[in-house]
Amino acid sequence: MDELYRDQILEHYKRPHHFGRLDEFDLEFQDSNPFCGDEQHVFLKLDENRRVTEVAFEGQGCAISTAATSLLSDELEGMTREELLALPKEFVLDLLGIDISATRMKCAMLGLKVVKGASLGEPADWEDEGEEGNPAEAASL
Amino acid sequence: MEPTATTVPSLPRSIEVIRAEFPILAREVHEEPLAYLDNGATAQKPLAVIDTLDRYWREHNSNVHRGVHTLSEEATALYEDARRTVATHLGADSREVIFVRNATEALNLVAYSWGRTNLQSRDRVVVTEMEHHSNIVPWYQVTKEKDADLDWAPIDDDGRIDLDSLSSLLERGPKLVCVAHVSNVLGTINPIREIAGMAHDAGALLVVDGAQAGPKLELDMAELGADFYAITSHKLYGPTGVGALFGRRELLEEMPPFIGGGSMIRKVSKELITWAGLPAKFEGGTPAIAEAIGFGAAMNWLDQLGLPAVHAAEAELTSYALERIAEVPGLTVFGPPAGDDRGGIVSFAIDGVHAHDVSEILDRHGVAVRAGHHCAQVLMQRLGVPATTRASLAVYNTRDEVDRLIDALLDVRRVFEL
Repeated sequence: MDELYRDQILEHYKRPHHFGRLDEFDLEFQDSNPFCGDEQHVFLKLDENRRVTEVAFEGQGCAISTAATSLLSDELEGMTREELLALPKEFVLDLLGIDISATRMKCAMLGLKVVKGASLGEPADWEDEGEEGNPAEAASL
Repeated sequence: MEPTATTVPSLPRSIEVIRAEFPILAREVHEEPLAYLDNGATAQKPLAVIDTLDRYWREHNSNVHRGVHTLSEEATALYEDARRTVATHLGADSREVIFVRNATEALNLVAYSWGRTNLQSRDRVVVTEMEHHSNIVPWYQVTKEKDADLDWAPIDDDGRIDLDSLSSLLERGPKLVCVAHVSNVLGTINPIREIAGMAHDAGALLVVDGAQAGPKLELDMAELGADFYAITSHKLYGPTGVGALFGRRELLEEMPPFIGGGSMIRKVSKELITWAGLPAKFEGGTPAIAEAIGFGAAMNWLDQLGLPAVHAAEAELTSYALERIAEVPGLTVFGPPAGDDRGGIVSFAIDGVHAHDVSEILDRHGVAVRAGHHCAQVLMQRLGVPATTRASLAVYNTRDEVDRLIDALLDVRRVFEL
């Protein structure tokens, strides 16, 4: 039953990487998950080639949202804004490496949503969050 | 009403018999028997309600107040019977009971109809820090629109409304005071009669959100002194999609309609439209007929058990739950200690574990609870937490289920290596 809370997830939850703020940054964005109130604030510093050189995030959230953003933060260095905006949700799901149920998908995607918001400078109009029910799944319930 | 605790009334049938009336309680979740402790979100439905809905769809389905044929007459009679049931339950006149979709719509009806008509620039409305968003957002909207002011009555550290501060706010002459009867997060049973007296002495009307109180407390509108009172069916063992607003008749008579359409008019011409009388004036469009009839069935079922006995059973289980949950290390419970003003809603936080993760692990033990801000973000800010986990009790819950909650909470600590 502890597949969801396996060691890697708990480790990133308890000691998230890049947790905190940057004093100097080029991009930042804060957003929340209205369903649960979880909040994350992401800071990105870019180099002269407009690639990410430093990442930090802070906020409060569950094990899934915190671990997802922590794992994501390890991967962002060297990426351009365009590359950040192109990241699919599978990128985060692969990093997590566990099955995420429909109800927890918003938790898993909060960090990516905020990173995209930072890249755009406005809330990412990004509804690819597993909101839509799967009719086949509903029929089997 | 707060019990006086001279004699403790008992339920007319055993908890096993009552549980057997709820088919869903027999199912399993993750191969464990379901322990349904999310009754504050919605309660499960007894056969008395399920069978009433089934019978309605099979035998009586028709529109109400329209056709002159047998089915329509039957449906209309059943729908109006349900209204009489709700009115009797509330100690009100049938014309004072408006069927709406839920408690949220009941409160919006008051805000849009009474509020937009009676609030003016610089008028004041008081809400409390413990309100559900449904008793905040409509008042925020209407006070913004009318350039009126919204005042916040604070709560104390035990999760009770600070009546001295409320008293000070009343000196500013608000037109309206809006308060929950039972907090959906803290379980606090607010002293509505006392607050009604205070509000009325200050010249204000009192709006009560009774969504959580409906399934827990005996309600008599005259005794409580509420001017408006909102209840919902689905937390009271009835169907979703229907609720009721009680409003004092002389207030409702003066208020304009909320939703325009069929059923709510007396006469329509190109030049002039006149409104139907109460309660039809506020029920534009085809209502949730089956659901209203099911609501009536739920109330009859609850009244047959007897709310004093239901309340006494819940109070006993709440005390047990508060006692047992104190055994879990690193856990903080919000709301007043066990006592007459504590309903069966137990919200808590575990140090180092987010409420969602608590809920997820509990679910794997078959224990259903709610996690999140409970549509009470102002209260979450006051409590200084982003979210809580909430176990909320109903008449069919048992000590065994509370024990399973505690065991599952200990497992949360194990999974998170606390």
